[in-house]
Order: sequence, then C-alpha cells, then structure tokens
Amino acid sequence: MSAAATRAVALLGVLALWAAVAHGNAWLGVVNPVLLPTPVEVSRVGLELAWSGELTRHFLTSLGRVAQGFGLAALAALGLGLLVGMCVPLRLMAEPVIEFVRPIPPLAFLPMFLVWFGLGEASKVAFIGYTTFFPMFVAIAASVLRVDVVLLRAAASLGASRADLVRRVVLPAALPGIAVALRVGVGLALFVIVGAEFMGADAGLGHLIMEGRTFFNPAQIVMGALVLGLLGSLINTLLLVAERRLLRWRAAA
Amino acid sequence: MAGGPKIRIQHIAKSFGPAGRAIPALAEIDLDVHERELVCLLGPSGCGKSTLLNIVAGFLAPTSGTVLVDGRPVSGPAPERGVVFQEYALFPWLTVSGNVEFGPLLQSRPAAERRRTVDRYLDLVGLRAHAEKFPVQLSGGMKQRVAIARALANNPAVILMDEPFGALDAQTREVLQDELSRIQRVEHKTILFVTHSIREAVYLADRVVVMTSVPGRIKQVFPIKLPEVRDRFAPEFTQYESDITRVVREEVAKVRE
Repeated sequence: MSAAATRAVALLGVLALWAAVAHGNAWLGVVNPVLLPTPVEVSRVGLELAWSGELTRHFLTSLGRVAQGFGLAALAALGLGLLVGMCVPLRLMAEPVIEFVRPIPPLAFLPMFLVWFGLGEASKVAFIGYTTFFPMFVAIAASVLRVDVVLLRAAASLGASRADLVRRVVLPAALPGIAVALRVGVGLALFVIVGAEFMGADAGLGHLIMEGRTFFNPAQIVMGALVLGLLGSLINTLLLVAERRLLRWRAAA
Repeated sequence: MAGGPKIRIQHIAKSFGPAGRAIPALAEIDLDVHERELVCLLGPSGCGKSTLLNIVAGFLAPTSGTVLVDGRPVSGPAPERGVVFQEYALFPWLTVSGNVEFGPLLQSRPAAERRRTVDRYLDLVGLRAHAEKFPVQLSGGMKQRVAIARALANNPAVILMDEPFGALDAQTREVLQDELSRIQRVEHKTILFVTHSIREAVYLADRVVVMTSVPGRIKQVFPIKLPEVRDRFAPEFTQYESDITRVVREEVAKVRE
C-alpha cells in the first residue's frame, strides 16, 4: 500500500470509529444524543453555515487575524533573530530577558491585551503576535548562531561585505531553522486564536465555537474545531511545499 | 610592487588567551613568498601553521607583526586572498556553478562574463558535467575541486590552502595533488599551502618551510629543486622526503617529551 493510501485509510478509520460510537449511542441512548453529534449532524451544521455565508465570514476573520498577528511577529522575529544571532553584546542582553518572559504561559497575558487594546481586532492581532514572537525569535536566533563560521570566512575571502554575508550566507544557511520556526509559529497562532476569540469577539472560528456552547449546539462546536484543524493542516501543507522548494539542495542527495 | 615579494610576513607572533596568561602559538615568523611560488608550511600538528595561514587570510589578527600582500598590510579577509579550506566550505544551497560564480557575482560582473568564468574553471577542474549538482551530491574530492575552482574564478593575487586534501582518502589525495600541480602549471598563482604530509609538500612545493613545535617558528626552509612535473618515486624525490622527515621528526619528538 502506498503512503498516501495508508494515510487515507487511517483518516477514514478515525471517521468510521467516530460514526460508529455516535450512531451506536444514538441507538442505545447511553448519553443524550445531542451531546455526541454524529458526522452527519456536524456536516449538516457545517453546510447550513457555509450556505448562509456565515462559515466563510468566521473562517476569513480568523485567518485574517492569524495572518496579521503571525506575519508581524514573523517579521520582527526574523529581524531581531538575525541581529541577536550575529551580535554578541545584543545576545548577552537578550538572553536573560527571554529566559524570564518565555516560561510565562501566553494566555496569562490575554486579559492584559484586552485591557490594553480593547475588544476589537487590535487585541487579537497583538495577542497572536506576542504569543508567536518569542518561540520564533528564539529558534531563528539559534539557527543564525549555528551558521558555520567557515562559510562566513569563505564568503568574506571571496569579497562579501557585511550586507552580502547576511543576504547571501546567513539567511540561506539559517533557512532550514527559520522554516521550522515559522511552522511552529503558525501552529501556535492557531492554538491561541481560539482563546482570543473566546473572549469578546463577534466573529471568528473561536467565536463560532463559543456560540455553539451558548446556544447548546455541540455539533457546531465540533464543526468549528474541525474547520480549525483543516485550516491548520492547510497552512502547514503550504509551508511544507514552500520549504521543499526553497530547501531543494538538502534533499538533492 | 614589481620585484618585491607577493606575500611578506614580518615578525608575526600570535598568542591565545587572556593577557598575562596568554599561551604563545607563533613566535617571530618572517617569511617571503614570491610571485608564482608555491610554498608549503609543514610541521607537527598544533605548531601554528594553520594559525599563520588564518592571519595571512585576515581571519585572525596577529598579536604583533604585519603581513603585506603586494606591499599593502592585511587587515581582514579580502578577495585578493582566496582561501581553500580543509572542510571545503562550499555553500550547500548553491549548485556547483553557483558556488564558482559566487565571487564574480559579488564583484557585479556581467552575466555573460560570469558564465564564461564558471565554464572555464569548471573545465579546468573537470567538473563541467556536474555544474548543476548540489554539494551534497558530490564526493569529497569533487567538493574540493569545486572549492579550488571557486577560489580561482575570483582571480585572487594569492591563494591560501589550509590542509585542503587532509580529509580525503590516500588515492583521491594523490589525484588532487596531480590536479593542483597541473593547474599551477597553467595558472601560475602564488600559493601558501599548509600540510602535515611531507610527501605532499615535496610533490607540490617550490619551497618547503618546516616549522618547530609550539610556539611555532621557522625551523628550516628547503628549496625543492625538482622539475615541474614530479615523479614520486625518483631518487631525488625520496631524498628530499627523507631529509625533511629527519628535521620534522626532531620536532615531533619534542612534542612527545
């Protein structure tokens, strides 16, 4: 069996298991069937929301917030990661600050972001930015630090200026590490967008899930979660494809 | 600087570590390398021969003394001094031709000229057919050929080679020595070549500079008066080998004491 077929079988297996448990429960009445929605019910809710355009609105709202928050954080992490990775005094200053801030669970600061930025878009974008910045920054600085000094010497002896070194050696050499950092960042962004949208949002997939709770509609909760999963794997696939194209040289052997 | 030495190493000393407790690695090195000359630095491991090369390359600053290339003091790495490293140091994200093109690209040479340069030097090292491969796809010997082509394509005044064949197996090593000797007969570069192989030094060098053990000084200089194309089994060749071996052994023995 091919790898793709194996993956498809595994996914279908999980779906079948879910269907069997939910339908079995509906038939036997172990718990209230509303609490354990079947794939069909979840799909029906999904289709209804898709038909009315609501699902698209929520999806795009969440995607927009993730894109903005993650995008800003990625740019900042790349710029500062390069600086800190290449400049020893900056690194010595950055290390204690990061070691202090990093262990604080980002969600602990979510209320602070609501106090600072209000209930609008800014608080969500800023919160995603804050959450994703630190792990990306740390990983990017570390991958810059790992760039082989012999490559820098080789480039310098071929006439590379400092700007050439950054653009033509440090960036491409650190690119595998940067790609991993970005994927971790996107994963985190999807992780915390839900939390941010639980608190005071009028749109977004997190809000859709919360609405499912408020109006006692478990099928909508499950549907929202599944769409988030879909969004996550979609972004991850896109990043992997980009990574494979950019890092062709690694797999060439 | 017509007539003057291409590389002039003047009273170079280098210590490592904090002031007061600094450990000397090189002491009072004076050496001239002339245009078109290939000079081998030879010595026991840890004698500072690579340190000296790194100072000439501009990667390390000497504790005292100066290095002049074409009469101008060295203050950092520059394209006039090409370097070939033992660990190849190819850019793994660039193809073979991308690596060779690196120097000319930095100098903003026009594309057509860059292509001619790349073709010429890939032909010279016999890798034209592998131009579009990435370094991971090459053997060690091929990688070092690319590194040599990359250094030559930048047209440096001098080439510094730091145990370039040290990581290669014995057969590949001799093949590359043959290649370098052939290339040198075409290109006539000024080359400073660090090695710990006496055979390699006698095969390649116009002069062999034997260094003492730590702190490194120049112990003895052997001009090699052999034809350009050398025979590793000629009696004169083996005579040089045994003469130099005797001098090197004294130093290796000192390290053991």
